[in-house]
Amino acid sequence: MQPYKSIAISSHHLKEDLPFHQKIALSLVAIGALIQIVFWVGNITANAGLWLYSSLALIVGGSLWYFREQYKDTLPGIKNNGVLFASLTAKGTLAWMLGVVLTGFYVVLYWFPEYLGLGGDGAANSGLVALFDPLSMLLKGKPASQWFVYGTLYTLIIFLMGVKFIYKYRHNRYQVYRTMSIIFFQTAIAFILPEILVGLNLPYNDFKNIWPLNYYFFFDWHINDLIASGLFGYFVLFWGIILFLVVTPVMTYFYGKRWYCSWVCGCGGLAETAGDPFRQLSDKSLKAWKLERWIIHSVLIFVTLMTVSVLVTRFTGFSRIFGIDSYTLSSWYGFLIGAAFSGVVGVGFYPIMGSRVWCRFGCPMAAYLGILQRFTIKLPWFKETKRMSKFRITTNGGQCISCGNCSTYCEMGIDVKAYAQRQEDIVRASCVGCGICSAVCPRGVLRLENI
Amino acid sequence: MHIIIIGNGISGSTAARHIRKLSDHKITMISSETEYPFSRTALMYIYMGHMKYDHTKLYEDWFWQKNNIETVNSHVDHINTDQSKIQLSDGTLMEYDKLVIATGSKSNKFGWPGQNLNGVQGLYNIQDLKMMEAASRKGIRRAVIVGGGLIGIEMAEMFHSRQIPVTMLVREDSFWNIVLPQNESQMINRHILANGIDLRLEEELLEIKGKDGSVSSIVCKNSTEEIHCEFVGLTVGVSPNIDFVKSSDILTNKGVLVNSNLQTSVPNVYAIGDCAELSSPKEGRRNIEAVWYTGRMMGEAVANIICNSSESYDQGIWFNSAKFFDIEYQVYGQISVVLPEGIGTLYWEHPSENKAIRINYEMASKSVIGFNLMGIRYRHTVCEKWLTENTHIETVLENLSLANFDPEFFNEYEQSLMDKYNAINRKNLTLKSKRKLRLVENFLQSDLND
Ligand SMILES: Cc1cc2nc3c(=O)[nH]c(=O)nc-3n(C[C@H](O)[C@H](O)[C@H](O)COP(=O)(O)OP(=O)(O)OC[C@H]3O[C@@H](n4cnc5c(N)ncnc54)[C@H](O)[C@@H]3O)c2cc1C
Ligand code: SF4
Ligand code: SF4
Repeated sequence: MQPYKSIAISSHHLKEDLPFHQKIALSLVAIGALIQIVFWVGNITANAGLWLYSSLALIVGGSLWYFREQYKDTLPGIKNNGVLFASLTAKGTLAWMLGVVLTGFYVVLYWFPEYLGLGGDGAANSGLVALFDPLSMLLKGKPASQWFVYGTLYTLIIFLMGVKFIYKYRHNRYQVYRTMSIIFFQTAIAFILPEILVGLNLPYNDFKNIWPLNYYFFFDWHINDLIASGLFGYFVLFWGIILFLVVTPVMTYFYGKRWYCSWVCGCGGLAETAGDPFRQLSDKSLKAWKLERWIIHSVLIFVTLMTVSVLVTRFTGFSRIFGIDSYTLSSWYGFLIGAAFSGVVGVGFYPIMGSRVWCRFGCPMAAYLGILQRFTIKLPWFKETKRMSKFRITTNGGQCISCGNCSTYCEMGIDVKAYAQRQEDIVRASCVGCGICSAVCPRGVLRLENI
Repeated sequence: MHIIIIGNGISGSTAARHIRKLSDHKITMISSETEYPFSRTALMYIYMGHMKYDHTKLYEDWFWQKNNIETVNSHVDHINTDQSKIQLSDGTLMEYDKLVIATGSKSNKFGWPGQNLNGVQGLYNIQDLKMMEAASRKGIRRAVIVGGGLIGIEMAEMFHSRQIPVTMLVREDSFWNIVLPQNESQMINRHILANGIDLRLEEELLEIKGKDGSVSSIVCKNSTEEIHCEFVGLTVGVSPNIDFVKSSDILTNKGVLVNSNLQTSVPNVYAIGDCAELSSPKEGRRNIEAVWYTGRMMGEAVANIICNSSESYDQGIWFNSAKFFDIEYQVYGQISVVLPEGIGTLYWEHPSENKAIRINYEMASKSVIGFNLMGIRYRHTVCEKWLTENTHIETVLENLSLANFDPEFFNEYEQSLMDKYNAINRKNLTLKSKRKLRLVENFLQSDLND
């Protein structure tokens, strides 16, 4: 028998059983979730408001209580005890089950939203989507869509797991601050603000979602929508281009890719909070690194070609660029990368492949940021070749004991130890600057720095 | 040329890597513990479930073949220096041109009654870890750990992570106070207690009692109390693992004796790491320094000595680090428990958190000789430069921020230490540098007289 089984996520206590209070707290969360499932499966529409708010209150209250109980008697510090024993976090049965559930959820969300209760073609919503109508009405005066449901749950999870993350790393201010930043950007900028815009009959816009992550930014319908909404639309267009051309290179020059991936981005936000218990599952092998560079740069090329062809079609009217019609190209991109890769694989496979599969292998924005972070440039007026970013992780002289904690807990699959034990700085395109390698290092060897 | 390395720990594997960097010699690395090198220092994390064994390997498995370093998983029974041959446990003979002995340490046992019962063990190698795991699965209601050193406290943390109650018997009147000054040592005492460990200071083991071949209790020497337990961890230090060398004509004392070229009494035979004993160490340093870093530095040095026959082994400035539960510890230079004549100390401790900074200096010349940090990270290279250059304590204090290596946004306590110095010496010094990598690099590049 394995005496260390635990259902706690990234369990701190390796008790055989949860303490009583945690059981109650978990039950509250379960009841909250059950309400949503009953609405969904039973296709219920009655009294949505009451049930929705009770359900959310139960989930939020229960989770916060649970996390408080989980950490209240522990001393601050790194306690990854049992992470690689627990079924959920060490690719056991629970992990596979969760993987299947998440993957299934994404498939339904993207391709079968009617099963969630989306009332297509002007019909009223039912089921899960209808349950969220009251909140949607409150924010924008319109009924919910499957995306509204998803957005709400997504934000909720980042908030709740963010709170857990803050408890867990409460001794480390870098972790606390960046998690607060992630929660803020997700809640205010990615969730509430766009809904309010829609309520004001302006185009939906997430002001921190940058092309090429926001791959539809230059699509015809999007540009048309923006232009149709007048000054605001032009501002959004202008802001989007500035974000890509100016803000991203400048911020990355000063702080590295982390300013976005670990402080702002919503995909990164989910990976850092909900994905934190799974960060150790990333593949650290050299093979995986090679594969990563092929795939992620292919996606960057794909999104660039696709966007160029869409724009050329817009301005010249030719629809066949690069031998394929731009419409086909963009819909394939949306299907393969936008939905299948970033959602189904990216989040669905958290419990099996780790939390940053999308960020590491698929995200074209990460590829762009990575190029800015990693590469050197020699301009005529420079005396020497310069890195395009000031960011690096420095190694503290000879203090490394090659224990491997840093590599194990690097969600990007970087073999940090390989550098640290040779006393080399770590400058890698994929490093999102989460700072966990530095946090888990028992000998104080690693420091994230901007020179 | 065929170079055989016995032992694939940090010293042996570093030697192999560097010999390969410098030459095309044939290299064979033999170990009876594991096929490929792994990090012994990470044993605790495997038990605690932070990592799997595979995570602790120094390199991926293909690395050794790719670098043409042959690995042999076997035990060396005997060295025949006349014929330049070694004998493996299956009888195979292998001929070498150069031999490097890097066989590390073994746990000490002091002949206590009952020390060979089941459930009584040290913690040094992967086999020990497997035994600990097996004992834990059988069920341990209480574990007793004998010895207040680094491995002892690691063992306590291991059991603690699995909710197994621990009693620690420490001979001294404060934890590890043969190395840590009193304030720091007491901070660790408090932290051990805060973790719920039953810490018994000034207590020793008298005997271990068993039932049906397994441990059932221990008796304390001073209180004569009997403590029931299912496990006894003997962590009372290590000593060189060189029994198999004794049948050869290589001279040994506690360890294999080597000169400053890491050469043993027999030409073409070298010894490095935990098992090597320097005949004439640097002043103030020990003959045997059984730590990770020494092994690594000796491994690199022996490669240079064999391939370039130029450099000798330089012990450099002493440094070390450890972690006591949640408290990180770093040391650079000389920090003695009892202040020697003519040495001053400047100490600051956080009023509520487990953080402290200590700087020792020579009173006459005012030059710094050592840094001791608890819960705060300092930069190795910066401290080392100050120590090498015998920098004046006040210069160090003014630029102390350069040494701070804590993560971004952490509180910086250099000012607090400075205030302390100012108060004692009625001075008015202020911090002149900021914690900035560019400034650190400038400082490190600046030459000695700046
Ligand atoms: C639990 C633990 C924690 C530690 N933590 C730290 C720390 O935090 N910091 C620090 O500085 N130091 C630490 N140390 C000490 C450090 O691990 C050692 O100093 C270091 O590993 C010694 O390296 P080595 O290469 O000399 O020998 P070893 O690592 O012991 O390697 C020797 C190898 O040779 C093999 N061998 C021995 N004899 C034979 C033979 N006859 N034939 C074939 N193979 C043989 C052994 O099986 C072993 O694999 C720790 C030690 C332990 C046990
Ligand atoms: S190298 Fe460190 S900071 Fe970078 S992604 Fe990996 S764990 Fe995070
Ligand atoms: S966690 Fe720290 S000590 Fe361990 S391998 Fe990484 S850098 Fe080295």
